[in-house]
Parts: sequence; C-alpha cells; structure tokens
Amino acid sequence: MNILVCITHVPDTTSRIAFTNDNTVFDKTGVQFIIGPYDDYALARAVELKEQNGGKITVLNVGEADSDPTVRKALAIGADEAIRVNAFPSDSFLVANQIAEVAKQGEYDLILMGRESIDFNGGMVHGMVGELLGLPSFSPVMQLEVEGGNAKLTREIEGGKEKLEVALPFVAGCQEPIAEWKIPNMRGIMSARTKPLYVVEPADDSTHTNISAYELPAEKGAVKMIDADNVQELVDLLKNETKVI
Amino acid sequence: MLVLVFIELEEGKIKKSSREAISYAAALGETTAVALGTADTAELASAGVNGASKVLHVADDKLNAGLIQPYAEVLAAAATATGADIVVTAKSSLADAVVGRVAAKLGAGLVSNVTGLPDTSNGFVVRRSIYTGKAFANVSISTDKKILAIKKNAIEVKEDGGDAAVESFSVELADGLFGANITSTEKAEGDILLPEADLVVSGGRGLKGPENWGIIEDLAKTLGAATGCSKPVSDMDWRPHHEHVGQTGVKVSPTLYVAVGISGAIQHLAGVNSSKYIVVINKDDEAPFFKAADYGIVGDAFDVLPKLNEALKQALA
Repeated sequence: MNILVCITHVPDTTSRIAFTNDNTVFDKTGVQFIIGPYDDYALARAVELKEQNGGKITVLNVGEADSDPTVRKALAIGADEAIRVNAFPSDSFLVANQIAEVAKQGEYDLILMGRESIDFNGGMVHGMVGELLGLPSFSPVMQLEVEGGNAKLTREIEGGKEKLEVALPFVAGCQEPIAEWKIPNMRGIMSARTKPLYVVEPADDSTHTNISAYELPAEKGAVKMIDADNVQELVDLLKNETKVI
Repeated sequence: MLVLVFIELEEGKIKKSSREAISYAAALGETTAVALGTADTAELASAGVNGASKVLHVADDKLNAGLIQPYAEVLAAAATATGADIVVTAKSSLADAVVGRVAAKLGAGLVSNVTGLPDTSNGFVVRRSIYTGKAFANVSISTDKKILAIKKNAIEVKEDGGDAAVESFSVELADGLFGANITSTEKAEGDILLPEADLVVSGGRGLKGPENWGIIEDLAKTLGAATGCSKPVSDMDWRPHHEHVGQTGVKVSPTLYVAVGISGAIQHLAGVNSSKYIVVINKDDEAPFFKAADYGIVGDAFDVLPKLNEALKQALA
C-alpha cells in the first residue's frame, strides 16, 4: 500500500516563543524545530502499516528549505521518499491545496497527517484535503488498522470514542495512542541521506488569510503559596479573587 | 452581515461552547443557527436566548452521530441557502473535522482558535490563539465568505434574547456521504465535558494509582468541575485518553484549573496555559508547575484534598 504522510516543521514544545520586526516575524533564534508531534504519530503508524502490508511511504512537507533536516528525520524514521513543496506554510488553505495537488499525482491508499500542527493548532487541513480530493476524512484518529481495501479506525469524540469501518482511500488526522513515536536508528539515519527528497514549486500559492501581527500574552504574576494546614485561605481566595465559587 | 452558526448538541442539549458561538455570531449580525439530528424544538428555540433569530433544523436521525461529510454538506448548503457571509462554530474535535471541508466547498477563508470579535475598520481582522496558547496573532481574511472557529471559554455567553423560530431544513444527502460505518460508540454519560469545562480538577502520577482517583472525583463533584489527567496517567491507562490534558491531549481553557500531583512538564503546561487561574497541589516544592500557578500548596494530596473538599463544601453550602 502507498501511504502519504504530511508533516509540519514546527518549534519544539519547549521553545520560548518570541517575535521580531515589530511583532510581525516569528523569532527563530535558538529555537529547535521538530516534526509536529501529531504528525510524528501518523508517521510511526505508517511505518507499522508498511511493516505489516508492504508498500511505500512518501513524506510530504509544505515548507521552505529550512524544513529539510526535519524531512530527512522522517526519512530516517522510515519513509521511503520525500517531497517538499517549496512554499511558506502561511495559511491552511495554501497547505491543503499543495497536499491535494501532490496527492492527485500519486496513487495513495492512505493520506495521514497529525490532527493539528502545534504552531497554529487549527486542525483544519485534513478536512480541506479530503474535500479537495473528494475523499472521506476523519480526525482525531487514535487507532487505525488496515485489512485489504478496508480500514477499522477509532475516532476520539468529546467524552469518549467511536469505532468506524471505512473503505480506502481516505484522509486521517492522527493522534496518540495510534502508535508509539519512533526514534531513528543509525541505519535509518545513514540511509536517509541517500533517499530521494524532491523539491517542487507550489501549484497555486494563493492564500485566504494573512497574519498582520503577533502578540504575547501578559506575564503571569507570581504564585501565591498557601500553607497545607490552612486550606481555608485557598477557599477564600477562590471565592473573593477568582470568583469561581 | 448575515451569519450562520453551527449548533452542536450533547445529549439533546445545545453545548455551552455552541452558546458561546451563537453569542459571538449575534454580535456580528443577523444570525441563523443550524442543528442536525433529532432534537427537541424547545431546546433549539432557546438558541434565541443567545441571539439567534432563526434555527434551521435538519431532523434526520441518520445525523444523530457526528458524521463529517454529511455535516459538511449540510453546513455548506445552509450557508448558501441563507446567503451567509460568515459561518461561525465553536472549535471542537467534530467542528475541526467538519469546517475544513466546508471552507474548501465554499472557497471561504478559515480562521480557527478565534478569541475575539473582528476589527472591520480596515478589512476583516480577527485575533486568534497560536502556539498552543503561548501567543496571539491578528489574522486578516481576504475572501468574501469567511469561517471562524471560536476558542472555547473565550467568549461570554449572552442570555438576553427570546425564543428563536425553528424551521425545518432539508438537504439531499447522497448515500456516498455515509460511507463510514460506525460500529460502536463509547461515551461517558452525564459527565461535564473536559474541553468545555469552566472548572477542571486534574490528577497526575502523584496520585499513585487509579484506585486513588476518588479524591479527585470528590473535589470535582463539589466544584462542579470536569476531571482531567496528565499524559503518564493516560499512557498507563489509569484514566481514559479523552481526559489527557496537554500538548498531545485536550487543550483546556477553564476559569480554574486545579492540578494535583502533576509536576508540570512543559508538555502538560501547553494544554493548560489558557486557564485563567491555576491551583497547584504537589508535595515537591520544586515542582515546575508552581512557576505557572496562581496559587500553590506544598503538601500530600491524600492529606490536602479531603481537607480542601470539606472546606469547599462548607463554603458552598
């Protein structure tokens, strides 16, 4: 089976978020970029599905040249080839459009990605891609089994989960516990250097949205410590300061 | 402006987050709501309290489950039929999956995690949360049709309207849209939904085992709070995954978040940093969570929680 795994190149969760140029540009200074954690789950599941069923994994990133190390890491984890659409991923529609264009040129049984990116947390791209391709889309998918031309999947719903059966192909936005994250081994890292990474220009780089400025939230005040033997003080604070009770 | 708002139902009731979305929509313009599946007309009419003038009801019992493709089809049809300029929804795992498709159908610019009303003095600019609550962005939308997914607990619910008119609405839904077959649904009933909750009590590894969750549940019950947990607790199956709060779990935005026996790894903080107030109870005075807290108690959960629960009960009595 052929699996397309779409990955984002995003700041690590522990990154300090800051902006430059009068709050119009994200400050990359000292920031470690990673494969989006949800995308990493999708990739890990794709590697397992390939182990079970054979086939090929193509990893796709919409991003600029600084994404390449992240894309190589996905190759080291187990993808067979990579495509980078050379465009700044400024808008969910732009990204979805590029993914759909790439998907149309391959015969993919599954298109997997994370449920959302951790920079913008929109969680909208899988649905857009599904619609643009006329395929079903599901998210957040927490289990995925493939048997022949069909799949069994578990989707998280608020307060529970739902099991579904559906025919391939489809688009899935993935989350834990679909698979355990995989750490590339030395053989994977060595082989990733020679696996193909195709850079293609965007088919259509039109956007629907544009960021005019960023802003950081107000600094949080210092913590007020309360003695464990005086829980009444906390109750009073909850009542008088936070007014939640 | 004409606005269409998507109502999500939970056990036959309009979800609190949908009431926030209706309140937001009504502040933008003439608001029509759309609800799918079996629902009580009086409940739907109550969308008017939050500012909807009309509710379109697609009373097809095939739509009782949250099916992504049929829902997207209905929303796009309703947006077209009402001539809506803007489609508004609460952000939720269902809405996320649905409205991306609606945006692609309508060619509408979509912004998610919206935290405030648009500035229309020069184009159409909305403020949204980014980097899992660590920053905000002002985003302009250039398309004629727009879709906004509103962050939960970011908008105050307005309750000054009367009943809305409920009209039946039908959309032809091709069989192909129902290709996914739901084989089972597991759902906690009667619980407060964690992503929606205004108050949350979460437990971590400091609770030592799932058998000790009674003290978390007791405190949650006293407060009327939802229960959550840290990632290790969900990974060890002490609690179900839908209670996992953090970077790769549920991102909550309550007024009050109480963390018990959770050290405060940055991945957990990513799920709670939109909380208005945070209380941390941990026996380790160096737990990093204290730095992110408003109020902290250094102490043993098994000693502090029962005492806090009793004191809260008396305060609430």
